Amino acid sequence: MSNRDIQNTLAVFKREFMAYFNSPVFYVIVVIFLLATNGFTFFFSRLLDSDDVSLATRFFVWHPWIYTVLAPAVGMRLWSEEHRLGTIELLMTMPVSPWQAILGKFLAAAVIWLIGLALTFPIVATVVYLGDPDSGPIISGYVASYLYAMACLAVTSAISAFTRSQVVCFIISVAFCLVIALIGDPGLTQTVVNAVPNGMEFVVRFISYFSFMDHFFEMTKGIFVLRDVLYFVSVIVVALLVTDLGLRSKRA
Amino acid sequence: MIQVKNLIKVFGTKVAVDDVSFSVEKGEVLGFLGPNGAGKSTTMRMVTGYFRPTSGSVSLCGVDMLEEPELAKQRLGYLPENAPLYSDMTVASFLGFCAELRGLHGADRTRAIDRVLDLCFLDSVRNQSVDTLSKGYRHRTCFAQSIIHDPDVLILDEPTDGLDPNQKHEVRGMIKRMGQNKAIIFSTHILEEVEAACSRAIIIDRGKVVADGTPESLKKLVPGANSLDEVFRSITNSDTGAKKAA
Repeated sequence: MSNRDIQNTLAVFKREFMAYFNSPVFYVIVVIFLLATNGFTFFFSRLLDSDDVSLATRFFVWHPWIYTVLAPAVGMRLWSEEHRLGTIELLMTMPVSPWQAILGKFLAAAVIWLIGLALTFPIVATVVYLGDPDSGPIISGYVASYLYAMACLAVTSAISAFTRSQVVCFIISVAFCLVIALIGDPGLTQTVVNAVPNGMEFVVRFISYFSFMDHFFEMTKGIFVLRDVLYFVSVIVVALLVTDLGLRSKRA
Repeated sequence: MIQVKNLIKVFGTKVAVDDVSFSVEKGEVLGFLGPNGAGKSTTMRMVTGYFRPTSGSVSLCGVDMLEEPELAKQRLGYLPENAPLYSDMTVASFLGFCAELRGLHGADRTRAIDRVLDLCFLDSVRNQSVDTLSKGYRHRTCFAQSIIHDPDVLILDEPTDGLDPNQKHEVRGMIKRMGQNKAIIFSTHILEEVEAACSRAIIIDRGKVVADGTPESLKKLVPGANSLDEVFRSITNSDTGAKKAA
């Protein structure tokens, strides 16, 4: 990356980042996110009533479902808003390459998420105060959670490149994230495996392998496997490539 | 400074721009005329590198737009149709963002912002949110963005659209002044504007260039025509019926 690349990416990043604070989006989403994570952890999983302080089954387990709805809410404005306002024409006739813009915008949303996730620290403080948890699973849990959010965000970025409507982008992104979460659900996979003819199971298993879930849970268990990290990174890269494709197709 | 050769743009089966060639030299202000849907905006979008031409080439200051888009775009200032702006920013922060993308940082950036705020009479609204501006101010903010880096090539899509008569007069004067050491293309529906500000005009109809010359020479194209208005009507096809001589 040249100096110019970094400056342009940074300029787009700064603008996009500030846009989250200039509108209620950031505050609303962070508040909902914190209410949801804390609510699920304390009231549904009853973290305080149990004897163990493992966060994997009581805290991180909820994250994929929360991200399914909230990551598209953060990401839906990325490109849809540019299309709607017509500012895409301005941005794409500046001496900025599409990649600098795509990265700048994605990083802005990524940092917003990092702030949201960092604000869940009271839960970690709680388990550290009450018990003596291993730090390994907590760290890998957070990495898994953040990667999951980034994958959802990148998918949303890709979809927002194709539409000028934030609502359309939101709904399609939620549907996509939901499907990709559900196909990895062990219960669901088992049901489908039982339903399909003999010998077809490998197809089901193969499809479910593409789910975020499997990779996510492997990591939250504290098994930090490069393979799972690479999986999420490649999902993000592919989604950003599709974003570029979407922007190209809009410019015909 | 602007070289456009055999530009063609096809959308699906519709040919929007059909073999358009022209060039604009430094010190020239080219008026781009044509009925609605003639292909003016599409041509400008290809010249600015927003649309990729189906075929043909564009070069700005000798830099090919298709081969080195980022380099060519550095030489270019562009005011898109309807003057799009980021609605969540203030005028000054918007201009600051554009200045940064143009490679202006630190003191250069501040100086560039102050210069265009002054030039476009935006000082009174510099810290106002773009959302709350009237149409005239929005237009001038976007115009300010296009000249923030003092480009060699300026492309303006309907720069006087939505302005009041005083502002129109001011913008025309500005275009004429800047035209002395830049190459400028601007599109318009208003024919007296062409006579007031342009050194040359092109009339485009159904994607083809149908006339190219100084405003005076265009008037001579149609015998007996007294104004550009009459010339325009007789050489372009009106889509409201009554076809006149092609």
